[in-house]
Amino acid sequence: MCSTCGCGEPGNEVTFRKPGEENTENNGHLHVHDHEHSHDGHQHSHEHVHLQGDEHNHDHSHGHTHSHSREIEVEMDILGKNNLLAERNRGYFEAKNILALNLVSSPGSGKTSLLEKTIGDLKNEIEFYVIEGDQQTMNDANRIDKAGAPVVQVNTGNGCHLDSDMVNKAVKELKPEDNSVMMIENVGNLVCPSLFDLGEAARVVVISVTEGDDKPLKYPTMFESSDICIINKMDLLPYVDFDVEKAKQFALQVNHHLRFFEVSVKTGEGMDAWYDWLKNEIGK
Amino acid sequence: MHELSIAVNIVEIAEESTLKEGATIVNEIELEIGNMSGVVLEAMELALESAVKGTMLEKAKVKITTIPGKAKCSDCGAEFEIEELYAPCPECGNPFADIIQGKELKVKSLKVE
Repeated sequence: MCSTCGCGEPGNEVTFRKPGEENTENNGHLHVHDHEHSHDGHQHSHEHVHLQGDEHNHDHSHGHTHSHSREIEVEMDILGKNNLLAERNRGYFEAKNILALNLVSSPGSGKTSLLEKTIGDLKNEIEFYVIEGDQQTMNDANRIDKAGAPVVQVNTGNGCHLDSDMVNKAVKELKPEDNSVMMIENVGNLVCPSLFDLGEAARVVVISVTEGDDKPLKYPTMFESSDICIINKMDLLPYVDFDVEKAKQFALQVNHHLRFFEVSVKTGEGMDAWYDWLKNEIGK
Repeated sequence: MHELSIAVNIVEIAEESTLKEGATIVNEIELEIGNMSGVVLEAMELALESAVKGTMLEKAKVKITTIPGKAKCSDCGAEFEIEELYAPCPECGNPFADIIQGKELKVKSLKVE
C-alpha cells in the first residue's frame, strides 16, 4: 500500500512475543468488521478483516428513501483515537507510579545498548520493563532478556512506528509492578514515530556522534516533540566531525525545552547524570 | 511513511461519521493539515488514494486546507509565521520559540449521500 516503505501491506500483521515463546500468532488481534447496508433496493455487504485491535462485529442496516447530498461538520482530530488510547495508557502508568519513556532515534544510534547498560547497572535499584519495537526479529528482545528485564517484542511487520494500541497490548502482556520503569524502544526511524503519542511521561531522542550534527534541523519534528536528547558514542568524538555544541544549538532552535545528556554507553562516560535523572523522575 | 496510517484513520473517521448520518457515499471530504504537523502533503495524497479503495470514500473529492505555522518568541513574546520549526524571532532574533499553530490534523467536514 505505502509506496515508500510498504506499511500496511497485507500479510504484515503486528505480532507480540516474549523471548522463548515460539509463536507467530497474533495474540487474538484479529478483528472482523462486518458492515451491511441496505438502501433503496440495493444492498452492499463488505467485510474487512483487520489484524490489529479488538474484535468488532458491526451490523448496520439502514433503510432510506432519500439520497440527496448533504454536508456534515465532523471537526475530528485525525489522530484522536491514538491520542485517546495514549491518555488511557498514561493514566494507567500514573496510577501505578510507573515511569514510561518512549525512546526514539534513527536505526543504529544505540537505543538498545543504552537500555542494556542502564538495566545492567540499575537493576538492583529499579525494576525495569521493556517494550521493543522493530519491524522484524526477536533480536532486541533477546538482548534485553539477557540484560535481565521482562520484555515484549512488538514486530510491526512493515509498520514504521509504534502506536498507543500496540503499547496498550504489550503492557497487558508485561503486567508491570508499581513504582517501576517502562522503557518503550520505538522502531528506529526519526520521522514517523514523532506523531504518535504512546502515553509516555517523556520522549527521549537518541543521536550519536557518528551521525551528522545537523540532524535536529533535518528531522525537526522528532526533536520538537521530545523532552530529552541523549547524545551517544561520545568516546568516538575524536574520530568524527560531529560538533556537540552545534548539534545542541540546532536542537535547541527546534525545541528550547530539551534537556541533554552526553554519554558513551560503551565506556560508561556520562551515564551517571542519566541515571540521576531517571531516579529523580521515579521519585516524582 | 506514517501518512498511510493517517490516511487509514481519516477513512475510519469519515466512514463512521457517514454511517451515523445514515448515508453510504462520501462525495467530498475536507481536511485541515497544519504545515508543522509532520505530514507531507504529497505523501498524504498518495496514501489517501490507496486507503480509499473499496470504501465509501472511493469517489470522494479531497479538499485539503493547509494551516500556516505560527510561533511565539520565548523572549519578547512576538508572534510570527514560520516555515521551519527552527525559525528565529524576526523581532529580536532569539532562536527559541514555541509553536502555537500549524500542528493541526483534522477531518473538518464531509459531503455525503
